Amino acid sequence: MGILRGKLLPPALAILFSALLCGIALVVSGANPAEAFGAMVSQVGEGTTAVDIVNSTGTYYIAALAVAIGFQMNLFNIGVEGQYRVAAVVAAVVGGSIALPPGLHALAVIVVAALVGALWAAVPAVLKVTRGVNEVISTIMMNGLALGLAAYLIRDDVFGELRGNNIRTPEIPESGWVPGIPLGSSGTVFGLVFLAALLGIGYWVMMNRTRFGFELKASGESSTAAAAGGVSAKKMVLIAMLLSGGIAGLVSMPEILGRDHTYNLNFPAGIGFSGIAIALLGRNHPGGIAFGALLWAFLDKSGLALDNVGVPREIVTIMQGAIVLSVVVAYEVVRRFELAAEQRRVGKQLGTVAA
Amino acid sequence: MSTSTPATAGTPAVVLSGITKRFPGVVANSDVHLTVRAGEVHALCGENGAGKSTLMKILYGMQQPDEGTIEVAGRQVRFRSPADAIKAGIGMVHQHFMLADNLTVQENVVLGAEALHGIGGKARRVIQDLAKATGLTVDPGVLVERLGVADRQRVEILKVLYRGAEVIILDEPTAVLVPQEVDELFTTLRGMQERGFTFLFISHKLDEVRAIADSVTVIRRGTTVGTADPKAVSSRQLAEMMVGSELPSPETRESTVTDRVVLNVQNLGLVAEEGTRPVLDCIDLVVRSGEVVGIAGVEGNGQTELVETIMGMRRASHGRVLLGDRDLTRLGTLARREAGIGYVPEDRHRQGLLLTQPLWANRILGYQTREPVSKGQWLDLAGAKKDTRRIVEEFDVRTPGIDVPAAALSGGNQQKLVVGRELSGDPVLLIASHPTRGVDVGAQALIWDEIKRARARGLAVLLISADLDELIGLSDTIKVMLRGRLVADADPSSVTPEDLGSAMTGAGATSAAVAELEGE
Repeated sequence: MGILRGKLLPPALAILFSALLCGIALVVSGANPAEAFGAMVSQVGEGTTAVDIVNSTGTYYIAALAVAIGFQMNLFNIGVEGQYRVAAVVAAVVGGSIALPPGLHALAVIVVAALVGALWAAVPAVLKVTRGVNEVISTIMMNGLALGLAAYLIRDDVFGELRGNNIRTPEIPESGWVPGIPLGSSGTVFGLVFLAALLGIGYWVMMNRTRFGFELKASGESSTAAAAGGVSAKKMVLIAMLLSGGIAGLVSMPEILGRDHTYNLNFPAGIGFSGIAIALLGRNHPGGIAFGALLWAFLDKSGLALDNVGVPREIVTIMQGAIVLSVVVAYEVVRRFELAAEQRRVGKQLGTVAA
Repeated sequence: MSTSTPATAGTPAVVLSGITKRFPGVVANSDVHLTVRAGEVHALCGENGAGKSTLMKILYGMQQPDEGTIEVAGRQVRFRSPADAIKAGIGMVHQHFMLADNLTVQENVVLGAEALHGIGGKARRVIQDLAKATGLTVDPGVLVERLGVADRQRVEILKVLYRGAEVIILDEPTAVLVPQEVDELFTTLRGMQERGFTFLFISHKLDEVRAIADSVTVIRRGTTVGTADPKAVSSRQLAEMMVGSELPSPETRESTVTDRVVLNVQNLGLVAEEGTRPVLDCIDLVVRSGEVVGIAGVEGNGQTELVETIMGMRRASHGRVLLGDRDLTRLGTLARREAGIGYVPEDRHRQGLLLTQPLWANRILGYQTREPVSKGQWLDLAGAKKDTRRIVEEFDVRTPGIDVPAAALSGGNQQKLVVGRELSGDPVLLIASHPTRGVDVGAQALIWDEIKRARARGLAVLLISADLDELIGLSDTIKVMLRGRLVADADPSSVTPEDLGSAMTGAGATSAAVAELEGE
């Protein structure tokens, strides 16, 4: 089946190729690749690893969706990192300082996070629409600002408080927590993992069934054709960027509302950048992104086992990088091949191919 | 540089035998035979997409043939790149000029060939010497941006001469010229022919071929149909060799013009940059129901901008656009489309289609707010697919299905899809920019028929075309556009392409059929 081949072959090839590459790297550094990969796979069954992978997948999934919405119209939102960080701090501060009934409290925190994320993304969006500033540059700069702002907001003389040698925002009261699914000694699955799934479904419906999704896709494929078809490029840039930022704002929600109930110094970094890689790997398709997020989470969590067999776990980072590079190449190769095959097929059916 | 071969020598300048080149999905070349005698002007004729360009790219080393041999001056050669072809004395003048506007004539000519005569006085002397052959009279120190189209073409010819070409391929050289400039080009070619140069002249304009060529080879569906003496055959015979069947004609018979004004453009102006000459200058234009108004003009005189301003893709600096009684001036493109304007853009790849999307998604483009392809904020995929099938059937779009990406179709079928889409949804006005550019004869005939039928139903049509025969054949009224202004009216029932050509270059009216408009 041609469609299956076009969609599934490239990532499969890319993963195989990067596994091969890492295998070679392991052999060169004197380790046994089979042993290393075996350790990673068996790690999934250990302790809370499986649940950690699921939780991490949810977080990565949201980040990658945020990036993918931008990608759909050729917007490179590198600022997911900054957007979710600022959103996390502000939402945690707001959540810790308001009192609302259970459910409503959590909802309020989520809404605040999405709004703050969108607001943070609005700056590069407005700059691009009004002044033509490249969003890659402005979002990178906004990331720098976000780091500083987050650090400032949690200072103990601003909104934060000192606990031991960790600074954090005031704890969100229990009415704002989102309960998870406890699996005993295997850990607890965050309740908001389902928010990620919901977002994925919403994203699919939006892209494939709504006018807005069509206009977004059309602008991304050909801004000139979209303009001739009555789609305002500026409006699409603005909305896509705000939407992307809004979803980016939700990235930290599963962890904050499901486990930490506060934003602190140990907050994970780099999720936004992983989101870019995962969106690339998943080709902006909700299913593909889910798979990419799962793979990323698996590599992250089970990579911890590598230390036990005497292999540096940084090999996982090499593998992630290799996957992204080879998946980009593989998609391009397969895309060209598919287009040529399609043209040949159409030509053959219409009998216009020269012998 | 090799020695020049006299025109009487027995060895042909170029022999192509059994050339075959396969491409996915398009007609390429199969078993092509072509013999060009030294010192002749040899025309290569064929419809758009017949395989002329591919053949010339093979001869110029831009592509390698899958089978067959190339001989130049009796020696078999293999070109791996254009550099090899240039070394063998073959030069190519492309249809689209490849000149740097911000460099001088001399710099453009020398660029990339600095090793031949340096970049200083010696190069200048060689250029001045060669310039005489091409009829270029300007100083080599002049910036190319200050030259007109005909002179730019001469600079292109100069470029290939400078590199030592003996055999010169001219790819549709007259496409960008008005009739008077074509005559000048032909004079130049004859002069150069006497100096021993050989020309391969690619064209699908048969009158021109008959006027300039010593022999003509016709190519159809990728293979050579035969070689003829252009003096011994009629244009009609040649055309039927090219098409392999009866010819379509754009002629419309009886007038269907009513007095109901559909499009009313008043005093429309567009200034691209503050302080520069306006791109559109006080345009007044009326198109009535059942009327086709044609805009003639050399490309780049504001036609594109006029269309895009009427469509709302550019903001007018002043003036009004009315559709019926409705003022569209402040509306965006989508609202104008919804008001009843269909739009066939000049470049279907850039503006008309989403190439990687299936045909039914292309049906939605521009109609995303309307039935049958959408309901409110939701797309109606079933409706879109059903209506796409209707278009495929009614407009004879040759495709294996509606799920193939638009890029898989040939140019003619893509254009039929676009025209079919733009005639859906009961438009009151159709703006058609170069509706049959780069499509095959069959598609051309069908598109003309559809425009005529829609016109008979009362559609108002604004037609922009570089094909003067199409313009004269389809239009009820012709307006000539020059430097952003409508400068003359022409009566399509009596005007000739030559008259239009004069008016288009601003040479003034030469015939009673063209009436100049006095200052507004």
